[in-house]
Amino acid sequence: MAEGPHLAVVGAGPAGLAAALAAAARGVRVTLVDSAAEAGGQFYRQPAAALGARRPQALHHQWRTWERLRDGLTAHVARGRITHLSDHHVWFVEGQSDGFTVHALRGPEQEQSVAVRADAVLLATGGYEKVLPFPGWTLPGVVTAGGAQAMLKGGLVLPGRTAVVAGTGPLLMPVAVGLAAAGAGVAALVESAGARDFAGHARTLAAHPAKLAEGARYAAELARHRVRIKAHHTVVAAHGSNRVEAVTVAALDGDGRVWPGTERRIACDTLAVGHGMLPHTDLAEALGCRLDGPGVAVDDEQRTDVPGVWAAGETTGIGGAVLSLAEGRIAGLSIAARLNSRTPEAGSYEAAVKARTGLREFFAVLDTVYAPPAHWTEQVADDTVVCRCEEVPASAIREAAGELGAGDVRTVKLLTRAGMGWCQGRMCGPAVAGLAGCEFQPSRRPFARPVPLGVLAGTDFDRHHTDSTDSTDSTEEGSS
Amino acid sequence: MSDKEPGPELELALLSGRLWGELAGEPGIAAAVEYDLKGGLVVASSAEGLVALEGLADGQRAVGVEAVAVGAGQLHDIEPKLAKGLAGGVLYPQDAQVMPTLAAAHVVRLARAAGASLRTGCAVTEVLRTGAGAVRGVRTSEGEIHAPAVVNAAGTWGGELAALAGTSLPVLPRRGFVLVTEPLPPRTVRHKVYAADYVADVASDSAALQTSPVVEGTAAGPVLIGASRERVGFDRSFSLPVARALAAGATRLFPFLEGVRAMRGYLGFRPYMPDHLPAIGPDARVPGLFHACGHEGAGIGLATGTGHLIAQVLTGKTSDPDLDLDLDLSPFRPDRFPEEGL
Amino acid sequence: MRSPLELVGARPGPAFTVTFDDREITVLPGQTIAAALWAAGITSWRTTRGSGEPRGVFCGIGVCFDCLVTVNGRANQRACLVWAEAGDVIRTQEGTGHRGHHG
Repeated sequence: MAEGPHLAVVGAGPAGLAAALAAAARGVRVTLVDSAAEAGGQFYRQPAAALGARRPQALHHQWRTWERLRDGLTAHVARGRITHLSDHHVWFVEGQSDGFTVHALRGPEQEQSVAVRADAVLLATGGYEKVLPFPGWTLPGVVTAGGAQAMLKGGLVLPGRTAVVAGTGPLLMPVAVGLAAAGAGVAALVESAGARDFAGHARTLAAHPAKLAEGARYAAELARHRVRIKAHHTVVAAHGSNRVEAVTVAALDGDGRVWPGTERRIACDTLAVGHGMLPHTDLAEALGCRLDGPGVAVDDEQRTDVPGVWAAGETTGIGGAVLSLAEGRIAGLSIAARLNSRTPEAGSYEAAVKARTGLREFFAVLDTVYAPPAHWTEQVADDTVVCRCEEVPASAIREAAGELGAGDVRTVKLLTRAGMGWCQGRMCGPAVAGLAGCEFQPSRRPFARPVPLGVLAGTDFDRHHTDSTDSTDSTEEGSS
Repeated sequence: MSDKEPGPELELALLSGRLWGELAGEPGIAAAVEYDLKGGLVVASSAEGLVALEGLADGQRAVGVEAVAVGAGQLHDIEPKLAKGLAGGVLYPQDAQVMPTLAAAHVVRLARAAGASLRTGCAVTEVLRTGAGAVRGVRTSEGEIHAPAVVNAAGTWGGELAALAGTSLPVLPRRGFVLVTEPLPPRTVRHKVYAADYVADVASDSAALQTSPVVEGTAAGPVLIGASRERVGFDRSFSLPVARALAAGATRLFPFLEGVRAMRGYLGFRPYMPDHLPAIGPDARVPGLFHACGHEGAGIGLATGTGHLIAQVLTGKTSDPDLDLDLDLSPFRPDRFPEEGL
Repeated sequence: MRSPLELVGARPGPAFTVTFDDREITVLPGQTIAAALWAAGITSWRTTRGSGEPRGVFCGIGVCFDCLVTVNGRANQRACLVWAEAGDVIRTQEGTGHRGHHG
């Protein structure tokens, strides 16, 4: 009882860290479970210590915020209030009558599982990039925009000498800036949104001067690196045999169709492409949490509809690091209060709530503005592989939705195997839905990661580790 | 058919197996539906288990099932990755596999080519009846469809459709989980392999969780691992203890699977009937209503025979069904259950 | 050309070697297998089990499983997650990666 209630936070990005710090500061014991070697998540991804980076901030924005988070974590870990389990890949969160067990595979081999018992769980699992297919997108050298950035931030490496950055979304500019600053030639930034798409939203955008200034800074840096910005353009194909050698880009017309005759070939050895982000919702769904669109549904305190389970950051909807910090802080304060059977004090997080409201509004606008070309499916050839894992071509998906009469993504998947491979449809889900003319729905994935059957069976590898208080304190105050 | 004791369901399985073979003989169908006459292998871990298994096989042989005794020393010749130390088994060469969704889609395609029409996203909200009580069609979310005969092939939801027609059919959901592994090379697991206690689980009436290992490869590479049975209504939540039990059973049969990853798991609801037999044929209580549901876990396997018999009944052999049909339908009579207490 | 290492003022520890398909490559401590291969100019290290097409990093964060590779005889390792260690024997993975073990 003396040690207080126990919270497991899944994910050590901005949301998870903000929540962990807020809860730990109010007496909650926190175990922070994260798949990376260092805290930070995708946004504050750090190079490994062994690389000896003296100025990692050269690849980052909002560095001072990161320093606060990092120093806070270090202090709480030193005082024993937060246990940071790095290199732990959570594959299942089990709801039980007296709390939760978080099951994680220890990386990088992921052949041993450990179990963390907790009274409450915060899911801060973030998001991953959405990429729509086009001819040539499976060639080596074609990477996601976020992937190029992650490899640069974490491994200090570039995929090649000359890159094209393409797709749509607020991620493309920082990726192009990062690649250029690190020495890659960026032949073009190809963005399918155009100035006209922003025009109708001037008021909302103007309410966020800091965000606009950030965009202007990126634009200035791109100009300094002489990166051509091709707005209202799209990549229609990547070319090459064993790796990408060039891409064809074309202008879009007012309806979002490729404008015939505007195709231009650009030589490059790298294409960094992305069409937005999707939330990781697997753990939440296996717990039975309700989703709201693609993200986990939460209330004003970031609570899901499953008692004892909170969610914050991009797992609840895509909105960037600052929104994640606000949501994480709200969640952490709510958890600290609720685990001690109190309601959160009014006013204790007013600023965070205000930031959350504004940023959600702002990102809702961005979501409308940065939309993939309306008719992107027209550029997908019948022989273009859509499901990268199971090598399912577009023709098979079209046949399933046509001749075989499939009317929903699940049936298309069962008929074609699209989405049944290693990645479980994370990469092809939106593409399959678009090509089949069905509504995109996140698929249910009971295991957030592949799990060795020996671990499930509890034979050879499974070495259970439970936190130190598990055996004695299991009857302490339950979750709210 | 390997998991069925001699009786009407086994006879239906034999008929269905033959019809699947004929269907797979049509041009292009076998590959399209991943039809594979791979054979089933039932293994026993103990001498007593083997005696019981061989007793079952004797009975099955008597009604025409091929069942080949496999000694402990030969098990690894036909299934190389099986665990060591098993007592023996029985091989059932007539057991075949199809991919259910592809099979359904291609059967529907053939039906449409023959003149049938398919309406999807169209829920039946009422079974229309004449003043005398006979069926005259259905009302759906998309309008009425008039017909003198309605076939209830609603699977686990067959009881709900029967209720719409003013009658009852005790179809209950029996939940099952399946684990799916990462892709493995072709024929890593060659047969549908299961432990002898699976047969007892299938026939059991218990509502409590039962698991017994069933392991089979697929054309695409992943290995499927079953089978669990529990009566918990339509509860869709994923159960880690069940997944653990399935993995434990599968790794006992195939120890190499310990290092193989489960990529996903899924659950479904078998349409369970109290006596484990499906409801097939006319419903004497509602003229014009026919049932073809309640096959528990064997719906795909028994689909061809069921469809064939319903077609025979509908095409004029109704006056004295027991004489003309390829199979006696009386054990499958939909009105065989007492009305009360259901 | 400016490099990412220069940009962040990296002072990595001593480099070591691993082999990729019997070719020796130099690796900095703190790099994943994928980063080490990229640094050596290698962008594909898997062939698909259907049509045998080359693949390498796609998502870079462990989600897409395109970068699967065989490391020290263990198949299906995600190159973007696994740290390179001195003496690692890295091989292009063909198909399921299981042929050598179970096939």
